Amino acid sequence: MSVTDTDVAGPASTVRAHGSLRDELLRGLAAPICLTWEWTYACNLACVHCLSSSGRRDPRELTTGQLRSVVDQLAGMQVFYVNVGGGEPMTRPDFFDVLEYAVDHGVGVKFSTNGGMINPVKARRLAALDYVDIQISLDGADAMTNDPVRGTGSYDRARTAMDHLATAGFGAFKLSVVVTRHNASQLDSFEALARDYGAELRITRLRPSGRGRDSWAELHPTATQQRDLHSWLLARPHVLTGDSFFHLAAYGQSLPGLNLCGAGRVVCLIDPVGDVYACPFALHEHFRAGNVLDTGGFAAVWRESELFTELREPGSAGACASCGHYDACQGGCMAAKFFTGLPLDGPDPECVLGHGEAALAAVSPASLPAVDNDHSKNDRSRNPGAKRLLPLSVLR
Amino acid sequence: MPTPTPTPTPPHAAAAVTTGAFDRGRAYQLHPKVALRPERFGALAYSYDTRRLSLLKDLDLVAVVRSLADAPSAAVALDAVPTAKRPAVERALARLVETGFVRERH
Repeated sequence: MSVTDTDVAGPASTVRAHGSLRDELLRGLAAPICLTWEWTYACNLACVHCLSSSGRRDPRELTTGQLRSVVDQLAGMQVFYVNVGGGEPMTRPDFFDVLEYAVDHGVGVKFSTNGGMINPVKARRLAALDYVDIQISLDGADAMTNDPVRGTGSYDRARTAMDHLATAGFGAFKLSVVVTRHNASQLDSFEALARDYGAELRITRLRPSGRGRDSWAELHPTATQQRDLHSWLLARPHVLTGDSFFHLAAYGQSLPGLNLCGAGRVVCLIDPVGDVYACPFALHEHFRAGNVLDTGGFAAVWRESELFTELREPGSAGACASCGHYDACQGGCMAAKFFTGLPLDGPDPECVLGHGEAALAAVSPASLPAVDNDHSKNDRSRNPGAKRLLPLSVLR
Repeated sequence: MPTPTPTPTPPHAAAAVTTGAFDRGRAYQLHPKVALRPERFGALAYSYDTRRLSLLKDLDLVAVVRSLADAPSAAVALDAVPTAKRPAVERALARLVETGFVRERH
């Protein structure tokens, strides 16, 4: 996220948020800066690392009228734009209806899609809209790397969608990549691919949330890859990261962005049934603050919920208090700790100083939190022995 | 509330802002594609044009930015700011002009 700090205390610069700006943001804002809004749990793919364990539509998902009413609330709070996702948001029959309603009401939309439903007609319709950004997800620079994670044929479908957008003159869409152990060596190829399309490259962190809980251990980058990633990103400030690598600041140099955990302070998530969570990686009852259909709507949840109020209070460094790098990484990602069974006031599982590895070794698999809201087509709670559609072992 | 710094702006920083197009004698306005949202510390500005956010961390600065559209010049809008603080607010305003959040009014 590109934020400029215009302070009267001196000439402003694009910030690597330190000091007073970070303090202000941690105390919370009148409305979120970065709101993720998932429109459906339905998905035409079954990615092994899906944050929201999507697959099947939930019968309680918000209706078109309810989605529009949430747009009205967000417009009233001056939420400037939302990050729409799912599931695959384009599976909703009212996708364009709500998209256009949001844009018409001053709420810009950046939506994440696997591209499978972007045909030439839809690409032209999208190209005609102002204030719409598109992120196409791709987790490998070739089908051999991408498809075991995202599903057979998903690489080709994403590339076809990118072709349709280019032909329709959509302009600079975003190519969105989650860094894994298997694609970490392909960053230059992703950059070249984005350049070929005139697209922006967005690289984000793999989280152990949703189905990622079960695939994270074998997919997350190695310590060496993480170190290389930090150098690679430092040399490329134009590559977007969604502020997701702030734990890497402990290497000594922070990446551009706010570099803080914005959960409940700057960011939050509205899920397809209207539940509000502290962040998009924390779809679990433990981080649920309320529902947009409750009295007072989203504004009341954002401004008054017990959970968000608590998150805005100064936190304790806990087990990291004696670490000289705590100011840089702030203890890392809350969701990454929670879903790997680590204490929230301890080190991040991918702590660059290696404190996470030691802590992870002590976690019993039986103590991991259950995956809430599982909408997988092969729901493990209903079919515990279900095999993943695509065994990751093909990558080895 | 952030308090304006009493220390003078370092020469290199002053040079950086004075090289911009800002001229206190001219008339300005918030860019038509920029929205301001009030916050505890001042305001959050968002440009639908560049998709950039800016935190305006001072209530006087926010008041000046809001009054620009009706002021014959930036200088007149800045007159509302206490004298001691005015240079700092002016520098912040110049920065908003450089980054396109505020633009000249013709």
